[in-house]
Amino acid sequence: MTFKKTALALGLAVSASLFALSAHAASDKVVIGDIDDMSGPYADVIGAGGVEAIKMAIADFGGSVLGNPIELLTTDHQNKPDIGASKFREWADQSGLTMVLGGSNTGVSIAMSRVALQKKIPFIAIGAAGASLTTGPDCTPYSVHYAYNTTSLANGTASAIVKSGAKNWYFLTADYAFGTQLQEAATKVVTANGGKVLGSVRVPLATTDFSSFLLQAQGSGAQVLGLANAGTDFTNSLKAANEFGITKTMKPAALLAFLSDIHSLGLKTAQGLIFTTSWYWDQNDKTREFSKRFFEKTKKEPGENQAAVYSATLTYLNAVKAAGTTDGDKVMAELKKAKINDMYTQDGYIRPDGLMMHSMFVMQVKTPAESKGEWDLYKPFKTLTAEEAFGPLSESACPFLKK
Amino acid sequence: MRPSTIIYALTLAFLLAAPAIGLYPVFMMKLLCFAMFACGFNLLLGYAGMLSFGHAAYFGFAAYITGWFATALGWPTMLSVVVGVLASALLGLVIGALAIRRSGIYFAMITLALGQLVYFICLQAPFTGGENGIQGVPRGSLFGVIGLQSDITMYYFVLVMFVAVFLFIQRIVHSPFGQVLKAIRENEPRAISLGYDVNRFKLLAFVLSSAIAGLAGSLKCLTLGLATLSDVLQWTSGEVVLMTLLGGTGTFLGPVVGAGVVVTLQEYLSDIVGAWVTVIIGAIFVACVLAFRKGLVGEIEAWQQRRVARRAGAAVKPEAAPEASAATR
Repeated sequence: MTFKKTALALGLAVSASLFALSAHAASDKVVIGDIDDMSGPYADVIGAGGVEAIKMAIADFGGSVLGNPIELLTTDHQNKPDIGASKFREWADQSGLTMVLGGSNTGVSIAMSRVALQKKIPFIAIGAAGASLTTGPDCTPYSVHYAYNTTSLANGTASAIVKSGAKNWYFLTADYAFGTQLQEAATKVVTANGGKVLGSVRVPLATTDFSSFLLQAQGSGAQVLGLANAGTDFTNSLKAANEFGITKTMKPAALLAFLSDIHSLGLKTAQGLIFTTSWYWDQNDKTREFSKRFFEKTKKEPGENQAAVYSATLTYLNAVKAAGTTDGDKVMAELKKAKINDMYTQDGYIRPDGLMMHSMFVMQVKTPAESKGEWDLYKPFKTLTAEEAFGPLSESACPFLKK
Repeated sequence: MRPSTIIYALTLAFLLAAPAIGLYPVFMMKLLCFAMFACGFNLLLGYAGMLSFGHAAYFGFAAYITGWFATALGWPTMLSVVVGVLASALLGLVIGALAIRRSGIYFAMITLALGQLVYFICLQAPFTGGENGIQGVPRGSLFGVIGLQSDITMYYFVLVMFVAVFLFIQRIVHSPFGQVLKAIRENEPRAISLGYDVNRFKLLAFVLSSAIAGLAGSLKCLTLGLATLSDVLQWTSGEVVLMTLLGGTGTFLGPVVGAGVVVTLQEYLSDIVGAWVTVIIGAIFVACVLAFRKGLVGEIEAWQQRRVARRAGAAVKPEAAPEASAATR
C-alpha cells in the first residue's frame, strides 16, 4: 500500500464517520433505563426487586404508550459514579433513552443528574437519600427525587424521639457524603427541638467491628444513639450495640432503615426501634394488593424503594401520555402538574425543584409478641404531612429555581 | 514497508474509522485513555523493569486536579490538562524518589503504600468531594477555537493525544536514554559499573511514566465529565498491571491490545454477568500467566521472530556456499 492510498483511505474513513454523526432519529418510543445497585449493599433494598416492580408497572399500564411498546433497560452501577454516568450517557446516545430511574446511591445519583441535565432526559432518583439532589446544588430541571431524602428522614425520626423526652444524642455516622448529610440534618432537628448533641464518631464504610466506636458512644452518657448509616453498616452496628448491652442504657435511633434490614435483624434485636419510612406494605388494601402480587413473583414483601419505583414508572408513563411526546422538557412540565394518587401515596405532587412531596410515616418495630408473621414488622407511630417532612419550597436551595 | 509499520497503519486506520463503523465514541475514548495509561505503565515495567503497584495514584490524581481546575477555577481545557499532568509528574517525582531506593518486591510495596496514601488524600481532601467525586467537569474547547462538546470531536482530540504519546514513548525507548533503561533492566550492577548514574535514569523513567498516566487520567476526566475515587483505587492499579501483562510487556502495541481486551470485556460483560466480570478477568489473567507468559502481542512477536530466524537460517545456507567458495578462490 502506498502512502497516497493509505492517506486516501484514512480521509474517507474520517469523512464517513463525521457523516454518521447524528444517527438516531427522534421517535416517540419510551425507553426506560434502570441504573441501580444490583449486587452491592443496596441490592436487597431496590436491586432486582426494583426491576420486577418496574416490569409490573409497565404491564399494569398496558405495555405500550403513544402507540409504541415500552422498552426497559437495566444495569448494575456497582456503586461507582463513573459507571452510572457513562451507562446513562451511552443509553442516551445509542438506545434512544427517554427516562432513567433509580440511582440508589447519592454519589452515583449526583453523577447521573449531571448527565440528565446535559442530555435533557428526566431522571427520577429513588433510593439515594442526599437532599442536595433536588433541594441543594445538585438539582437540575430534569431531576425528580422520589421516596425520601435526608431532611425528611431526620424530621421524622429525630423529632419524634426528641419529643418523647430523649434530649441528649450521640451519632454513629458513616464516613462519607450521605452519612454527613444525614447527621447534619438530624442535628438541626435535634437542636431545634431543645435537644443536645453530645458528640459523634465517624465510622469507615463497611466496618465490621464496631466495638470501639460503640464504647465511645456509651462513654458520652447520651440517651440516644443516632445511627446515621444504612444497609449492612446499620444492621451490623445495631447488632453490636445489642450484644454490648448498650441498647439497655441508650435508645437506638435508626435514621435510615429498610424492611429488608429489619427482616434480617429479626424482631428480637430490632424491637422498639423508631425510624421513618415513606411506605409500608401493610398500610391499606391498595398496598396489600400490590404486595401480594409482588410477593408471588419474588417471595419477598416489597420495600419502600421498590414501591416507589413502581409508582414513579406509572407517574412517568401517565405524564408521557398527557404530554403526547417523550420530549424531556414537555414531560417534566407534565410531571410537575401531576397529582399522584396510587398505592404508594395518596397526596403526592412534584414540587418545582423536583422533590416529590408526600406524607411520611414514623414507624416502630413490633415486639416478637405483637408480630403475627414473618413480614409483620412495623406498627405506625406518627404520620407527617409532606410539608412537615420535607420542609417548605422557600428553604430549597435548588439553583435553577431562582432563574 | 516493515510488518510493524503496516500493523501500526492498520491500527490507526481502525481507530480513525471507529466512529464510522458504529463503535460508540465515549467507549472508544475510555479505551484510548486506558491504553495510554497502560503504555505509560509499560514504559516503567517493560523497559525499565520496575513494577509499580500504585500507578492509579497518578492517573486519578491528575483526573482530580484537572477536574478541579476546570470546574472550580474555570480554567481553559488545555491548561487544566497541563496542570493535571504537571501535578502527577510532581507526585511521581516525590514517590519515585522514595521508591527507587529499593527494588523488586520492596519497590512494589512502597509504591503500593504511597498509592494508598494518595487514595486517602483524595477521599478526605476538601476539594475532591469525597465519595461523590468531582462531577460535571466541562469539556470546554481547544484554545477557545474547537468546541469539544461533540463526542466525535472529543474522540479525535483524544486520539491525537494518544498517537502523540505513543510516538513519544517509541522515541524514548529508541533513544540512548531508552537503551540505558534496558541495560538497567537486564543487569543493574553492570550498568552502574559502566558509570551510569542508575538512580537518575530510574527516577526520570518513573516521572515520565507517571506524567503519561496523568495525561490519561486528565483526558478520562474530561471525556466522562467526572473524577471519582474509582480512578485512584488500588483496583485500577491492579488493572493496569493486568492490561500490560495480558498484552505483553516491553512491546509497543501490547498495552494497547491489553487495554482493549480488558475494557471491552468490562463494558460488554458487566451488563450480562454484573460483578462476576472481576472473576472472569481474573481467570483470563491466570490463563495468560500459565499459557502465554509474553502476553498476546509478545507471543505474536516471538512467533514472527522465530519465523524470520528460520527463513534467514534457510536463506543463509545456499548463500554461504558460494561466498565460501569465492573466498577460497
